[in-house]
Order: sequence, then structure tokens, then C-alpha cells
Amino acid sequence: MKWFARRETVPTILVLLAFIAGAIESPYFLDFHYLLDSSSLYVETGLLALGMTLVIVSGQIDLSVASTMALTACTAAKLLALGWPTPVALLTTAIVGILLGSINGLLISGLKLPSFVVTLGTMAAYRGAAQVMLGAQSQKIPTNLSGIDFVRTLGTPIPLPLTILVVMAILVGLVLHRTVLGRWIYAVGTNNRASLYSGIPTAKVTVWVFAISGGLAAMAGTLIDSRLGVARFDHARGLEVDVITAVVLGGTAISGGSGSILGSMLALLLVALIRIGMGLANVTAEYQLAVVGTLLVITVIVGNLSEKIANSRSRRSPLAPSPTLTPSQEPHP
Amino acid sequence: MKHREIRTLALLLIVIVGAALRAPRFIEATSINSILLWAPLLIVVGMGQMLVIVTRGIDVSVGSMVGLSAMASGMFLRSHPNTPLVWGVAVALLVGAALGAINASVIAYGRVPAIIATLGSLSAYRGLIFILSHGVQVDSNDLPDSLSRWSSEGPIHLGGVTVPWLLVAALGIAALAAWFVRRTRTGRDIFSLGSHPEAARLRGIPVTRITFLVYAITGALCGLAGLMYASRFGFVNPGTAGQGLELIVIAAVVIGGVNVTGGSGSVVGVLLGCFLLGVINVALSVLGIDATWQQLVYGSVILIAVILDTLARRSAMRTSGAI
Repeated sequence: MKWFARRETVPTILVLLAFIAGAIESPYFLDFHYLLDSSSLYVETGLLALGMTLVIVSGQIDLSVASTMALTACTAAKLLALGWPTPVALLTTAIVGILLGSINGLLISGLKLPSFVVTLGTMAAYRGAAQVMLGAQSQKIPTNLSGIDFVRTLGTPIPLPLTILVVMAILVGLVLHRTVLGRWIYAVGTNNRASLYSGIPTAKVTVWVFAISGGLAAMAGTLIDSRLGVARFDHARGLEVDVITAVVLGGTAISGGSGSILGSMLALLLVALIRIGMGLANVTAEYQLAVVGTLLVITVIVGNLSEKIANSRSRRSPLAPSPTLTPSQEPHP
Repeated sequence: MKHREIRTLALLLIVIVGAALRAPRFIEATSINSILLWAPLLIVVGMGQMLVIVTRGIDVSVGSMVGLSAMASGMFLRSHPNTPLVWGVAVALLVGAALGAINASVIAYGRVPAIIATLGSLSAYRGLIFILSHGVQVDSNDLPDSLSRWSSEGPIHLGGVTVPWLLVAALGIAALAAWFVRRTRTGRDIFSLGSHPEAARLRGIPVTRITFLVYAITGALCGLAGLMYASRFGFVNPGTAGQGLELIVIAAVVIGGVNVTGGSGSVVGVLLGCFLLGVINVALSVLGIDATWQQLVYGSVILIAVILDTLARRSAMRTSGAI
């Protein structure tokens, strides 16, 4: 029964169910090329979900990802319109994204503020900055840079954005699951104070995690620029809900300390299938958002319940940590 | 007054004087009237948000709850044109309290972090507005005149300035909130819970029940604010009613000195914060600063408020030798 305990199991089953439901719902659903072409719509969500996985595993949350994506999308378009050479403009955009993420990380770790408050503030501020930069206008992207979703990967029918996502998922997966930084991210998310006492630079880990999240958001920003051919301040509005839903649906515990890139990517596939299915069934955007929001809440409740059951089973084990007493709450001697 | 409240008051005066110097139009009756009409909404929702943030929580679904209550009560008044307004109030309160109770159950009993639960319901409730209304707006001629008189009339007239009934009601609720947090046991428990959740639990404070209560109260207050919204704007649009209100309210509450790490905050501070945000809102438009700047301003207000608070608290702890 070990497979049942794996966090990826539930999303895998749900993905299969979604495939079956979609196939029954619409004959177009199982068209392989249609699904491949639709994938480009969810690559940006996927890039944000990679960063969000690191953030949530480290015990924080980043509500500003979609705003960071919009601000970097506008920055890239603006720089290109000013005539900057493409590589310089894209590199600058990446740096801007990393900086925006680092600001979050520095405020959270330096001032010991809750991440939801800081990133709620930057969510508004970054989106606002994008709005101030472009106003209600759309900024056109040079034609040679637009339409990345029509570019195929080396003769295969796979769209280039999907390949980019897969490569980035492998890279971020390696960082999280195979490096010291990755171990530290899990440690900090499991118990921040214990990590600090065991010599882990917890503040640095937090800044790194948010910087990576910002960098990936910048990548998503340039992709959406290319895909839509224009930059607007309201790009990706509300996308943070999809992203957080995908990550927690993928088995990442909202309280931090556990989760995997594979789980997030499976759950992203699930969210994408649900959205594609609802799109084929002519469900409007507001209803779709309502469904995803409800899904988010239900997922966390179910995750909590299964954790509770797992805890009650392992209570006899002397090594299992007490679920009620964390170090910050221990009474002072 | 505590020094945080004095700071908020000082900020309020600075913004008023600054705006008045740049554009004398700012201290004319029309501008003042629109501030007095914008503040009540923020105050009513802000009182709930204050209780929530004091318990270390947050409620980002308030904008959607205001919108859904406004839509429900607006549609009720449209289909029952001759019914006394008190039934409209009842519908608004009931819808708001029900939505708040859903948030509250998910957070208190489902143990879902408040930010996740309310982020989900922010989307879900907005979707419900469209489902309920079929995307059709409630127009001004659908709403009774008695409702709009809450905004256009009031007990005090000075020059062209009217203190609207909406503001009277909002101040009444603020007074009630002040009594609640200072004089009732439950009110004190909310602050104990926010200062140290584990200690509060060990002392026998019903943590789950208190957590439930603050989100349910916030929902009911959003319900009332929804009807106020319908009164003030005269129509209810499914897409824009209450949209983005959460940012303004959270900004008002944190600039009003409520500590985001829980345990402290005052009604007077939040009142001042709400007036400050109301003044900023009107000042931006009177000064001709484009509406495009608003998001940036609200976000910056939140960030600056929490940064200043933290730095002030740190230096206070250092001088008292607590670290």
C-alpha cells in the first residue's frame, strides 16, 4: 500500500478521471494535436507553479507571482519598444523579475513579516507599477518575437513553450530534490527555528526561494508577451489562484515542509484539463474561476484530513513529532 | 490616544493639507461629500477586518462578499418594490453572514489557512454573483428611492456638506465594535488569541469558536456594506461591485495601526485609517492623478505601514531591553 501514501497518487488518479470525463464531454478533447496546442496556454501557469512549489515547501506563500509576471511582461515590451537589443532586453527583464522576488524575500525574512501580508502588498504594488508604466494601452511586441506558441521543437509537433516548461521543471526539480539548497528549503519549511539552530541560513533560503519565484515569473511574462503579441498591465490577473491550486492539489502541504515538483506538474495538467474541458463546454471565465477557487479550498481540507488520519496512525511511533507542540509555542522555562 | 493613532492622524492631516494646497477644490463641498460617502463602506468592512487581523488572520474575500450581498439585496428589492427597506437590510445581513460562516467553517473547523480559504472564496463568491444575476446589473430605477436617501440625506448639513445617514450608521457600528472589544469577554479573548494562540488555548479560551466568530462577523458586516454600496452607487454591477475593495480595506486597517502579526489594534486607529484611505481616494482624483495610480498607491500604503510598524516595534523593544 506504499503507493497510496505517495503524494502524487491522488493527482494521478484525478488526471485520469479528468481525461475520461473530458473524452465523454467532447469529441475534440482527445485530439492529441488539440491538447498539444492548448498546452501553451498553461505553460505560464506551470512556470509560476514551479516557483510557488519552492515557496510553499519553504513554509511561505507568494501572492505576487501573477503581478510580477505582468510587470515583467510590460518591462520587456517597453524595453523592446525603446529599441534595446533583444538579448539585453530579455536579460534585463529576467533581472527585474529576480529583483522583484528578492524584495519579497528580504521584507519577509528581514522584518519577520508574514509572507501573505508582504506579497499581498507587492501584488497590488507590482500590478499598479505595470499599470502606471503602460496605462490602459497595449504595447505591441516586435513581430519577430511574437508567436512562440507556433514554434515547434526540433521537427516534433511539440510546441516550444511546452519544451521550455519541461526543461525548467527538470532544473527546478533538481534544485529542490538533489541540492543542498533543496534540503534547506524542506528543513526551513518543516521547522524554521530548528533549522536556524542547526546552522541553516534561513533568511538566505527565504530570499533565494522568492528570487527564483520572481525569475520564473519573468520568464512567464516574456512568454505571454510572445504568445499574445502584446503586453498589458492586466495580463494574468487572478492567475495566482490557479497556481496555488495546482501546487496544493499536487500534494504540497500548505503548512510547508513537504511537496514535490512532479506532484505540482501533474496537478497543473489536471487544472489545465479541467479548464480545457470547461472551455469546450462553453463555461464562462467567471464560472471557471469559481470552480478553481472552490477546488483550492476543498483540496486543502482533504489534505488536512488525510494528514490527520496519517498522524493518528503514526502516533505510537516515538520518532513522530508531536503535532500540537511546535518549538515557537513551547512554554518558557 | 496611543502613538500609532497619533501617527495615523498626523498622516491624515498631512494628506488633507497637502491636497488642499495643491488643489483648493479639494476642500470644497463636493470633494468632502464624496469622502464622507466613501469612508462608511471602509469603516463597516474595516471593523470586521480588524478583528480578523488581530487574530493573525486575513480575509481577502470581503470585496466579493460585499458584491454578492449588494447583488442579492438589490435583486430582492427589485422583485419586491414596495417592501419596507428593513427587509432589504435583513437579506443583506443574512447573505453576508452566511458567506462569512462558510469562510469561518473552512478556516476554524477545516483548519485551512485563512489566506488560502479566503483566496478561494474571493473567486468562488465572485463567480456566484454572475450565476445569481445571470450577468445582469441591478439598475438605479430598480432600487427604491428610500435606499438612495441614506446617501443623499443626513442629520447634519453645513454649507453644502451633508453628513449622510450611511456615515452615522458606520460610526454607530464602530462604537459597537469599540464596546465589543473593550467591554466584553469575547472581545478580550479575540486579542488574547492574537497575542499568543497557544497560551490562549492553554488558558481555556475557545480558540476555534472565536476564530469562527471573527470571520462570521466580518461576513455580516460585509452584507451591510453591500446594501450601503447599493445606496451609495445606485446600481449593482456583477463585475465591479466591491471588486478590489479588500486591498483598500486591508490598507486602511494596517495604516490604522492594527498589527499584522496579531494581538493589537484599536477602533479609533482603524477609523482614522479608513478616513485616510477615503481622503487619498478622493485626493487622487481631485489632484488629477490618473486612476491608473490607485493600485500602486494602495499596495505601497500596505507595505509602508507594515514596514514602519515593524521598525517602530523593534526600536521600542530595543530601548525597553526586551530583546
